[in-house]
Amino acid sequence: MAVTVRIPTALRRVTQGQGEVTVEASNIAQLIDALEKEFPGMKERLVDENGEIRKFVNFFVNDEDIRFLQGKDTPLKDGDVVAIIPAIAGGNK
Amino acid sequence: MSFQFTEEQIKRYSRHIILPEVGGVGQQKLLNAKVLVIGAGGLGSPSIYYLAAAGVGTIGIVDFDVVDFSNLQRQILHNTSRVGVPKVESAKMTVEALNPDVKVIAYNKKLDKSNVLDIIKDFDIVLDGSDNFPTRFLVNDACYMLGKPLVSAAILRFEGQLTVFDYRNKETSPCYRCLIPEPPPPGLVPSCQEAGLLGVVGGIMGTLQANEALKLILGIGEPLVGKLLVFDALKTEFRTVKFRKNPKCELCGENPTIKDLIEYEQACEVRF
Repeated sequence: MAVTVRIPTALRRVTQGQGEVTVEASNIAQLIDALEKEFPGMKERLVDENGEIRKFVNFFVNDEDIRFLQGKDTPLKDGDVVAIIPAIAGGNK
Repeated sequence: MSFQFTEEQIKRYSRHIILPEVGGVGQQKLLNAKVLVIGAGGLGSPSIYYLAAAGVGTIGIVDFDVVDFSNLQRQILHNTSRVGVPKVESAKMTVEALNPDVKVIAYNKKLDKSNVLDIIKDFDIVLDGSDNFPTRFLVNDACYMLGKPLVSAAILRFEGQLTVFDYRNKETSPCYRCLIPEPPPPGLVPSCQEAGLLGVVGGIMGTLQANEALKLILGIGEPLVGKLLVFDALKTEFRTVKFRKNPKCELCGENPTIKDLIEYEQACEVRF
């Protein structure tokens, strides 16, 4: 399944500046592995040492939060758009 | 209905008053409103400036920092002659010069467990423009406990995020912890000045924060509740994703475990 992934600005160093990449994956867990294969270093930023998606990183499939779908097992189909949105806190300094 | 506007006020607010959605009634609501802004920095500067211009009658400003040269690339409430002056004082001077109708309440202090509830309780709406996760969680939890709507924005590099938590409707509105259950551990998210920021991103997101605040005060339009707006300055794109109230949320879920305010450790290293 060819899926479009939107990369947040905070992670674009890992993707050599690309804001949107396409990977083959049929669920979110596979998508994370596919990203890691193409852009080493991506996985550790997205999942913790137990393999769980980090709590401050949100994944949205076609604009729906995967927490309310099937989490890491959320199925993906051709043409789906996955947005990765980590929490940011800047504002003042 | 008659209003107690002065001649000057009628002129000053004429572009509001002629809008049917605002009118004299709406302008009076703005003048009566009390808005608290956390941080007089990159986000607080534009939000405070526009709220003041709009005639929001009472604006509270919380910040414990002083103006630094490195702030002036984006923090438009301050200027070169104010370097070294407490930000809340500088902000107050700028606001008072713009609009004498606005009463500024300056809190030159760091928010913590002991003062946050007391500071927030007398305001109608809170805008969070702070620069760190511990403050954001503290402000969120306090707003939730007090039932105050929270307009939350954050900026980093070329990206901005915005959402509204409407704690007047706790049963339906998701909370900050539904989106981010707990702060990132130190070292995993750049949250401080080392990460850099295109100044205008603060201008855009802070102005959008003011827009949400004005809508809440006026009771018009649809507040950005349950939606996260993400702005990408490099592509000039706004995208909105949806999120919901998490039944397992530790603050607002079915079996909440957080009953008291929590002070987290500051996490401030660059990793991404």
